[in-house]
Amino acid sequence: MRFGVIVFPGSNCDEDAYHAARDVFGQEAEYLWHKDTELKGADVLILPGGFAHGDYLRTGAMARFSPIMGPVRAFAERGGPVLGICNGFQILLESGLLPGAMLRNRGLKYRCEHVHLRVEQTDTPFTGKARAGQVLRIPIGHGEGNYFAPAEMLKQIEANRQVVLRYTDPNGVLNDDWNPNGSVNAIAAVCNERRNVVGMMPHPERACEVLLGGVDGRVIFESVLASLRSAESLALQPQSAGRAS
Amino acid sequence: MRARVFVTLKPSVFDPQGRTIAEALHSLGYQNVEDVRQGKYFELDLATTETATARALAAEVADKVLANPVIESYRIEVE
Repeated sequence: MRFGVIVFPGSNCDEDAYHAARDVFGQEAEYLWHKDTELKGADVLILPGGFAHGDYLRTGAMARFSPIMGPVRAFAERGGPVLGICNGFQILLESGLLPGAMLRNRGLKYRCEHVHLRVEQTDTPFTGKARAGQVLRIPIGHGEGNYFAPAEMLKQIEANRQVVLRYTDPNGVLNDDWNPNGSVNAIAAVCNERRNVVGMMPHPERACEVLLGGVDGRVIFESVLASLRSAESLALQPQSAGRAS
Repeated sequence: MRARVFVTLKPSVFDPQGRTIAEALHSLGYQNVEDVRQGKYFELDLATTETATARALAAEVADKVLANPVIESYRIEVE
């Protein structure tokens, strides 16, 4: 499979995502510069962490105007799998590809640590190989990961089962002490209504090798590989659409 | 003309910075400062002499870029 890793000026986890895709999972990977206007045959897109365009106004606010975001949106609308990690999640929110917005962390501190995440939904391309209720230990590193959605939107997101991961204690129990940033309903990851676009604050690409302190992030990559393989074997649309772009 | 754009978090949105500043003021003895909401302030110098044009341009920029409508609202002054 072919991973497209989008690089904005200020991205700094692009090489980690590229490394995970290529060296850990043995897949093809391609960097896509934010000024590119085509996706070079990518089957799955990753918007990596960092500080796109410096994040001077709001996190992710300027990146949505980058030329690559047109093809990204079209890819998402065709059902192609898109994963936003950390700043990539913030960009997907600002682009309107995912619902909600990010606020400064409760407590205002930049949090860089391992967190525990309970898998809430397994019918997304990035969580299909996980078990519902499974607890993943994956690192975060962010100052603005305090997920917020207005009451009405939040109700909709919960009703549509769009919350993919929640911050919990190590046993998978909701506990505000284990919510690192104050996110509403302890939300760590959401998907769109169609479920092919997922944004998550934690960094699965940093948790794919024992050397890095844990391998719980692997399931995110394994899920999308399994999802793409089954789509390919069924000759479903996301595959062929991705290639045609 | 000059447009001033004040962007603030909507009242229903928790403002961690404002809250922290309020607590700092309380620790300095300003108990009468009951709450603080922090926001952003932009001055736009616009190449127009028409108030209506200036206001429309400032609103467009605020809608598209300066404010995130999910969490923020804005107010514009033109002179």
